[in-house]
Amino acid sequence: MIEITVDGERVPGIEGQTVAGVLLAAGRMSWRTTRSGAPRGVFCGIGACFDCVLTVNGVPDVRACRRRAADGDEVRTQSRQEKA
Amino acid sequence: MTRVVVVGAGPAGLAAAEAALRAGAEVTVLDQSDAPGGQYHRTLYGARQQGFERLLARCDWWPESTVWALETTAAGNAGAADRAAGESAAGDAATGDTGAGDLAAAARAAGDAGGGDLVVADPATGVRGVGDAGAGDAAAAAPGAGGRGTGLRLHVLRGPADGTGRTRHTLEPDALVLATGAHDRTLPFPGWQLPGVFTAGAAQALAKGERVAVGRRVLVAGAGPFLLPVAASLLGVGAEVAAVLEANPAPTVLKGWRFPTRKAGELAHYAATLARHRVPYHLGRTLVEARGDERVREAVTARVRPDWSVIPGTERTFAVDAVCVGHGFTPQPELAVVAGCVLDGGFVRTNKDQRTSVGNIYAAGEITGIGGADAARAEGAVAGCVAAGGTPSPELLRERDRTRRFADRLKAAHPIGAAWPGWLRDDTIVCRCEETTYGEIKAAVADPTTPGPHALKLGTRAGLGPCQGRMCGPTVAELCGGTERHHRPIAQPIRLGELADPKETPA
Ligand SMILES: Cc1cc2nc3c(=O)[nH]c(=O)nc-3n(C[C@H](O)[C@H](O)[C@H](O)COP(=O)(O)OP(=O)(O)OC[C@H]3O[C@@H](n4cnc5c(N)ncnc54)[C@H](O)[C@@H]3O)c2cc1C
Ligand code: FES
Repeated sequence: MIEITVDGERVPGIEGQTVAGVLLAAGRMSWRTTRSGAPRGVFCGIGACFDCVLTVNGVPDVRACRRRAADGDEVRTQSRQEKA
Repeated sequence: MTRVVVVGAGPAGLAAAEAALRAGAEVTVLDQSDAPGGQYHRTLYGARQQGFERLLARCDWWPESTVWALETTAAGNAGAADRAAGESAAGDAATGDTGAGDLAAAARAAGDAGGGDLVVADPATGVRGVGDAGAGDAAAAAPGAGGRGTGLRLHVLRGPADGTGRTRHTLEPDALVLATGAHDRTLPFPGWQLPGVFTAGAAQALAKGERVAVGRRVLVAGAGPFLLPVAASLLGVGAEVAAVLEANPAPTVLKGWRFPTRKAGELAHYAATLARHRVPYHLGRTLVEARGDERVREAVTARVRPDWSVIPGTERTFAVDAVCVGHGFTPQPELAVVAGCVLDGGFVRTNKDQRTSVGNIYAAGEITGIGGADAARAEGAVAGCVAAGGTPSPELLRERDRTRRFADRLKAAHPIGAAWPGWLRDDTIVCRCEETTYGEIKAAVADPTTPGPHALKLGTRAGLGPCQGRMCGPTVAELCGGTERHHRPIAQPIRLGELADPKETPA
């Protein structure tokens, strides 16, 4: 078992799961907002659509479906929303 | 000894590596994933690979390696031009870029001029530019200085996906086999941007690779035989599958599947699995809308005619928490595009030896046509053998041709019906990244001040977001009356910081 934090909240996962897999298994469907503020999560699952990007250990724009989660990873959700 | 580099460790790339080894080459295999197998041989993390370790132990195996750029110099292209001249006089219309061709053209022109410039980008920040190859690297400045003057140089980043501390490397092979595969094609429909809508491949990858079910109650819809293993995998990880919907009618599908092949047995096996779980498989019905507020709650389906026009009054609503949609696959030919390889309808054009139009570059697997793992393997074996300087056996060539014919039949069995845009509404999102709607695209197409796809893209921003048209490219091209998808010279994102740091680590 591993544990990551998502916006400070602890989420358990299984060794080898991607960040996307950990989040989906925990029942989270979305973790990013678009320019218009609409929620997005996984779509293609293999790194082609860029819908699933989030910040991992301070590094933004990491595709959650491509990155294996490591114990202790600090994940933050991201917004592309245009500042009003 | 010939040095062959294979990009992609899916069925095509692995077969290429094996054949190239057998023909006596020194082989390097790269994949951006940390495990071999590609989309087909996906296993749980840490599980034993299916015999690939033995093969890869004889190669130079580079997992977690992303090829983000590729240079071909005059030396490489000259030989190609001679060879290709006889083979591909016809069909140069295929190279007529309808999309973001300018950067590709610039890269190609630079390559032809021997400059070897690179096209780079960071989709995450949207910054693009044509940069100088390996600034500060003396060897890079000389045209054709690629090691033995074969005119190929690959730029590689090694390290965790989208990480920062990745190391930069270059490789200068004698021959290159591109086996970069495909991703799902999904047609847009109202609500397809909602969380809970997945591509069929995403559901498959999460189920097979991580034992994660994308939902508790899932509807699987679209076109193609791939929907069946996807539904079976979902059942295997405990999801309830509400139904599997194939948009094409039974006569069309059966015609293609009546084929003496073990694939037909595979199909029967999946059908039996669905039947055991009492999952209905409907033909001639499809998903036309996903509904929900912050996520999918309902799937609206309808019966469609053979051209996929919706039959009014046949709508049915399913309560679901996820839908998986696939309308076939789209090749990932970015590296081939950067190298200047000629495409046909988005696929890399190859001759009977799997040679592309560019010298020393071969292509195999789903970037040359969607045919499944068997076709990918057969093509890979031919490509690897020829790239290493060998001659493929007649049996191998026959096998390749046989699997290709099968792929053609599959394509005929699961076409995309021309009337599908009928289920779009003016506010339906077409470009997921930039949230460009169908209405905006229609207006731009009708506007005489935005002639041509390029102006249209700039005007609507369709295809200019982080995915660079990977998702909407073929759709936008189709909605604008074009046939060719956008040509994207951007292979893989690289962070500007990584780009700015010119240090290369010796291989
Ligand atoms: C998400 C998904 C799931 C699928 N699941 C199945 C399945 O379960 N069963 C089935 O029969 N078919 C499946 N398919 C169909 C599959 O595409 C083919 O059957 C088969 O895997 C094609 O083989 P390939 O070698 O051409 O490509 P792939 O298997 O796609 O292999 C391509 C490899 O290239 C690598 N790559 C791409 N670009 C780069 C780069 N720039 N640098 C480094 N590496 C790179 C990728 O990481 C990948 O491993 C799936 C397709 C998709 C898109
Ligand atoms: S889900 Fe498409 S890139 Fe991650």
